[in-house]
Amino acid sequence: MTEPNHARRFGLIWLVSTLIATPLVVVLLGPILPPGNGSEQASGQATDNTVLLAMATPVLLLVVIYLIYAVVYFRQPSGAVLEGPAVRGDARIQTTWIIVTSTLVLSLAVYGTVRLLADNGAGSGSGPTPLTVPKGPKLPVQVIGQQWAFTYRYPTYGGLEVPHLVLPVNQTVELHVTSLDVIHSFWARQLAVKADANPQVDNVAFVKPTHVQTFEVRCAELCGIWHGEMFDVGHVVSGPEFQRWIRRAQATYAPATKLLPPYSTTYQPKPTRRGG
Amino acid sequence: MSSTTATAQTPPPTSRPLWRRIIGFNLLLAVALGIGGYYLGWFIGHQIGGPSYKYEAKTSENDVALLLAYFFGVIGFLIGLGFANYPISRMLGRPASLREKEGEGIGRYFGLCTDHKVVGFQYLIGIGVFFFVGGLNAMLIRTELLHPTPTVVGPNQYISLVGMHGTMMMGMMTSGILGPFANYFVPILIGARRMAFPRIEALTFWLLMAAGFILTSTIFFGGFPTGWTGYEPLNDQAVMGMDSYIIFFALVGLSMALLGLNMMATIITMRAPGMTWSRLSIFVWSVLATAVLMVLAAPVLVATLTMAALDRTIGTTFFIPGGGGSSYLFENLFWFFGHPEVYILALPGFGIVLELLPVFTRKPLWGYRLAVSGMLGVTLLSFFVWQHHLFVSGINADLRPFYMLSTEIISIPTGFIFLCVMGTLWKARTSFTVPMLFVLGWTFNFLIGGLSGVFLSDTPSDTSTHGSFFSMAHFHYTIMGGLIFTFFAAIYYWVPKMTGLRFNERLAKAHFWLMFIAFNSTFLPLFALGMEGQPRRVSQYATNLQGLNTWVSISAFVLGFSMLIFIWNAVYSLIFVRAAAEQNPWRSKSIEWQIPTPVPVNNFEQIPVFESDPYDYGVPLGVGATRPEPAGA
Amino acid sequence: MAKKILAVGAAVVAVAALITLYVADWATSFPKTVSAASAPANSQGANLTLETVASIGPKLSPSHPSWVSYLVRSNGRWVHSTDYTVPANSVVHVTIYQFDTPTGLRNPFLGQVQGTVGNLASYDGKPGNTVEPEEASHTFAIPELGVFVPLPGVPEESKHLCEEAPCEPSSSDHHTISFSFRTGRKGRFHWQCFVPCGAGWFFGNGGPMQTLGYMDGFIDVV
Repeated sequence: MTEPNHARRFGLIWLVSTLIATPLVVVLLGPILPPGNGSEQASGQATDNTVLLAMATPVLLLVVIYLIYAVVYFRQPSGAVLEGPAVRGDARIQTTWIIVTSTLVLSLAVYGTVRLLADNGAGSGSGPTPLTVPKGPKLPVQVIGQQWAFTYRYPTYGGLEVPHLVLPVNQTVELHVTSLDVIHSFWARQLAVKADANPQVDNVAFVKPTHVQTFEVRCAELCGIWHGEMFDVGHVVSGPEFQRWIRRAQATYAPATKLLPPYSTTYQPKPTRRGG
Repeated sequence: MSSTTATAQTPPPTSRPLWRRIIGFNLLLAVALGIGGYYLGWFIGHQIGGPSYKYEAKTSENDVALLLAYFFGVIGFLIGLGFANYPISRMLGRPASLREKEGEGIGRYFGLCTDHKVVGFQYLIGIGVFFFVGGLNAMLIRTELLHPTPTVVGPNQYISLVGMHGTMMMGMMTSGILGPFANYFVPILIGARRMAFPRIEALTFWLLMAAGFILTSTIFFGGFPTGWTGYEPLNDQAVMGMDSYIIFFALVGLSMALLGLNMMATIITMRAPGMTWSRLSIFVWSVLATAVLMVLAAPVLVATLTMAALDRTIGTTFFIPGGGGSSYLFENLFWFFGHPEVYILALPGFGIVLELLPVFTRKPLWGYRLAVSGMLGVTLLSFFVWQHHLFVSGINADLRPFYMLSTEIISIPTGFIFLCVMGTLWKARTSFTVPMLFVLGWTFNFLIGGLSGVFLSDTPSDTSTHGSFFSMAHFHYTIMGGLIFTFFAAIYYWVPKMTGLRFNERLAKAHFWLMFIAFNSTFLPLFALGMEGQPRRVSQYATNLQGLNTWVSISAFVLGFSMLIFIWNAVYSLIFVRAAAEQNPWRSKSIEWQIPTPVPVNNFEQIPVFESDPYDYGVPLGVGATRPEPAGA
Repeated sequence: MAKKILAVGAAVVAVAALITLYVADWATSFPKTVSAASAPANSQGANLTLETVASIGPKLSPSHPSWVSYLVRSNGRWVHSTDYTVPANSVVHVTIYQFDTPTGLRNPFLGQVQGTVGNLASYDGKPGNTVEPEEASHTFAIPELGVFVPLPGVPEESKHLCEEAPCEPSSSDHHTISFSFRTGRKGRFHWQCFVPCGAGWFFGNGGPMQTLGYMDGFIDVV
């Protein structure tokens, strides 16, 4: 009985399936991968996801095909008690594996770092003083989390505060996320923004919406009984429409604007400890 | 090792009158003293004053009283079990026995026993019970998620259930493999007669039982809203149920640290002649790596929770923003424990997988040194990755490239384990027994878990997936798919040795296939749900996600049903049928299968001398080998 | 032996079943649902009459007698519930008798009346659209329907403060706030208070602020 050359056969199966599957994954799944293309940050993250998926596919196929191959071919014949070959390792394979996985992992880390810095935080909350800042004019908008609602302040429009987020299209927005009580997390899914709202912290994230749309806002950090109810719908509108909306909102919320404290990056409302 | 040789004789079985057995130090007295201690603490708590007390009248909650009640309750419980007997009799100058209840009848399972095999058994049952409770919580969670608004379970109870499920699983199951199987088999595998600190070994178990009971009791005090992470300041804001969480995790942390210390001491100092480091079972290596993590990580948790308890009671401001503290501090400290914690859950699984593979493939373990270095690499690196849980929190944002790098580097040593699995399977003579099926299930699940982790480790990608069902699916693939699958592999592999009885194989296979399919059917869709915008820990979600959530819930119920098959199999096979297992059903060459069943109290009549590692399978230049392959790397 | 095992097994199963029942009962407990009364024939919609009290008292809540709470008027009695049923696609007229003292809003923005008919509310008969943030005692807010109504507190120095529920408008100092809001599609919406009125709790937002039945509840639109 001659044993087939398993190594060559398995290698061939893996190579062929990888060469077929990886482009398919990139071409078919790539365009529909979340978080879509609602903003520059979302497109960047979708590209990132595509790259990671393209790198993960060969690894997934390697192990899964290997498992199936081993289950099919390397069996104990029924009723028999045969022993396998007493092989305790292979220096070449081990060295190759270490080199290949290290290369893969280090290139992933380098890629991630480059994308993070090139995309100015890629929509993530980057602390009070982000390492990289987008060029050009930015519209500052403050996101205030409290138990259990988000409100939004526009410091360049007289400190106007509104209950629903409206952003102009094709304009870089500088989000200042803070909280009045416990930790929340501001998540605008279609815009691919997520930034924790910490009390006494100004957490900055940048986003540039690329088309007119409606997006969901959710809280992504457990904040108490109504954590799940802390959702909201925001709008991206054209530049002129945004200006009209600002004027309308200034009129609508004029009574509240009078009550507000002056704009600040963080707030410390009373009670600061236990209430009473 | 003089003590092990000095106590080699089996003590004569003692028979005491019934009244002595009821009055003596056992579970009954422990529960009585535990309740007594609870009310003592409650009383003291209401007598003393503190800064938070001026609010007590307004909130009708007294955290000091509950914390003290739990504290004294645990002390009473331990005294009732007899943990104080030894120090007290030594203080009075009396000779004290090194043994407790060894060789006694069924009663030794219900108290302080210093036989490591009894403790292993106690762990298996005790942890099994709380694993079941945690699983029931999950069933209730999935029942509520059948509907996008709170309908079946109230919103308070829902987040409490989420917290109880997470905390129970993360707390109790850290000892899921180390508790039952390492306590039982590590001394045997290294050729020792007992653990280094047998009383501490028993203490870790009873601390865990007290902790599990305390966590469950949170429902009497309003539950807790924070999930297993217990983030401040929500922690400070919570009702008294939060104190149950604090005491639970502090006791678990204590138990973990002591368990790890005991394991380290045993493995380092009590190996039999010839048991060199390179002949150690790979499972013992994984236990050693886990023990190091436990000893270094768990004390941080205990300290953190002590600070949280002080914030809640006497008005310190460790975690109070604006009061000199910071909620970031809690996140940092918690994840400094919390990330090693997930490797505490994963590493014993690696050990089980690599321990079982050679037996069922009839091949030596492929790449022994690579596997050991992989485990040690994971151990070391797991202390340098914790801020990847905080990528979007704004904390040290400039350090994110470092944490991205360290997190991705940790997949290199994890990859070693996969290479060893694949190498051992190569040209193997695999028999697909039930433990082997669970090992193969682990390989697939952990692969999915690992690959989805790549998305979470990449900061741009993590921005969208963080805090969503995506990350929830990821860690269920690594913990449930990783730890729990190997937990069952170990049960089906070793329980026949521990009991001398065998499982019904048809039921066992049904359990595996149903569990494997239902597990994947439950958790694969969660990746999509997370991407589609469902955050973790919500009982309200977008109505368009209801279809997928219903699918997941039904799969989860099937997954729960597969656990009932296991329970039925255990009850049916081990209690009713009681078919004797073969002496060595798996034809293993490891030492635990060479000694009699049931294992004698002292394990070995003579301390064995080891001449090789336990993976001496296969024929040199075996059937089908096409070329001689160089050994080792 | 077999008998012993069966007895132990039966005992274990029985205890497990009892515990499961208790937990299931605990997990599925909601406040009793109270339907809004249908309005008099000459006007449309439904009427909802609520009151806020500084402490609920041991009679209505033995476990948390000191907690601040909402109550609802049902069949001529004050009922301790925060789960209200209102009709879909109609106007709901809400009257709130406010007996509690001021605490102050965490976010002053919510001092403006929003989402009600005319974006106004009637404060002791006078229409208004804001409450001074530090005078707010509670809010009645249904964030998903956009309804935010701040409720001013009764001055601390008032002579006839109602200490404990149920409070009667005839005998204690209070503010009467009334407003209407429109309901649309059917569904379950949460409502809550935004004033940190949980006395003794961190940020004033614990306890009654985070427990269904006190300062939070559901509006079931049916």
